[in-house]
Amino acid sequence: MATKTVAGVEVDVNDEGFFTDPEQWTEEMVPELAAEDGIDELVDEHWTVLRFMRDEYAEKGTGPTVRVLGKTSGVSVKELYQLFPKGPAKIAARVAGIPKPRGCI
Amino acid sequence: MSQSIVILGGGTGGTIMANRLRRAYGRDDLSITVVDRNDRHFYQPGFLFIPFGLSSAEEIQKPRAKQLNGGIDFHQTEITRVDIDEKVVYLADDTELTYDVLVVATGARLVPEDTEGLAEALDAGQAFTFYTPDGATALAEQLAAFEGGRIAINIVDMPIKCPVAPLEFAFLADWYFTDLGRRDDVELIYVTPLDGAFTKPVASATLGGLLEERNIELVTEFNVGEVDGPGGRLVSYDEREVPYDLLVTIPLHSGAEYVGESPGLGDELDFVPTDPSTLQSTVRPEIFAIGDAANIPISKAGSVTHFEGEVLTENVRRFLDGEELDSSYDGHANCFIETGFNKALLIDFNYETEPLPGRFPAAGVGPLPLLKESRLNHLGKLMFQWFYWHALLPGRPIPGIGADMPKSGKDRSAVEEPA
Repeated sequence: MATKTVAGVEVDVNDEGFFTDPEQWTEEMVPELAAEDGIDELVDEHWTVLRFMRDEYAEKGTGPTVRVLGKTSGVSVKELYQLFPKGPAKIAARVAGIPKPRGCI
Repeated sequence: MSQSIVILGGGTGGTIMANRLRRAYGRDDLSITVVDRNDRHFYQPGFLFIPFGLSSAEEIQKPRAKQLNGGIDFHQTEITRVDIDEKVVYLADDTELTYDVLVVATGARLVPEDTEGLAEALDAGQAFTFYTPDGATALAEQLAAFEGGRIAINIVDMPIKCPVAPLEFAFLADWYFTDLGRRDDVELIYVTPLDGAFTKPVASATLGGLLEERNIELVTEFNVGEVDGPGGRLVSYDEREVPYDLLVTIPLHSGAEYVGESPGLGDELDFVPTDPSTLQSTVRPEIFAIGDAANIPISKAGSVTHFEGEVLTENVRRFLDGEELDSSYDGHANCFIETGFNKALLIDFNYETEPLPGRFPAAGVGPLPLLKESRLNHLGKLMFQWFYWHALLPGRPIPGIGADMPKSGKDRSAVEEPA
């Protein structure tokens, strides 16, 4: 368990940089978090996905997989990879301040 | 007054529930109907062995109806849809079944058509899967004739049934070709969307280590966007490629098709949203789900279905009696993982506890070691088929193994902070 400072606020994160307490996240933190994953410019679709991730987490206790994201977020899987290269489910979860999606065993 | 239960699916979960409920109620008090589209009940863990000539489709199937105790109606037909408001199941043979309680036990289906190029590749014999009896049988011919080259084993995405089976396939392939003296001519590549050999850290390290030891290449975080059948390539959404000479695919899984045709019953993948500890669906109180058909945060595995059966039987009884349900399924699952050379690993876990080393089912005495290769585990896996037909399906307990995950016998030193 560790902490890091984002937008001037200290937050709790796990050893991969995922928020352990989603309540500590604010939208102001997003540009900084996104930049950490190499995303320098945010468009509307980024925000659509981030809000969807947080809603899913609130409702189901875990972030969605890429497949579910593609089916229900309104953003196709191809687009998701353009928005969050190299792993949308994982990266969007990190930027959205929710824990790493609970990969089923 | 007699009540009626309709159980959709006559596989592992459907058979266990029908038999357990039949034993709990007189025939005049509860009518039980099981619906399935065919009469071929397969012991699915056996599919893994078919490609290596260690089993055959005939050896691992029995008639479904024969696994059901007396006093259970078996209706062989496709299911068209369920009306969850009217509480009616519409069947393809034009009959309708009303229910007081519905148990969804129709499992998961393969949907290769949801991955570009995959269904075509499977149809054209350019890709193979061992997740069906015909597929496993076709793969046996391929492996026997395989002279050399790259074999890719790929999970398209989770969830899948039996998440360890693709790893087992890789280990058995290593053994198979080693035994034949051809291992140096074969490259084995395990391609997974996960970020390791497994999702949970302790098991991932152990299994990842075994893959490396056996010279099986591991490609991680690979989400397949397209299968190029004629060109022999897996292409990821982020444009990485894995070329192969033979593709063993585990396609995407969804729930049964009729679930998608039944408004309100299923989620976006046609699985039934279910309470993880009571196994009551979250869509209607009189609808329950068991086994692969349920959307709960644990593996899709036969052992899960077995452990759920005990809890679900009790909860159906409570529901019928108007009592509060008991939240007691702890997510217990266990899996033998064949590692080749007549050895296997065993993992035992639940919602709270990841697979850890130790002994099962009892601390100290075991006799089965956890997360460690042993010949005894391999024998356990082989013998298990007998227990499946003779104890598990009839709804009898397996000696020494209760529904809850045993907490003792687990070595937690890797996961707990020192006191």
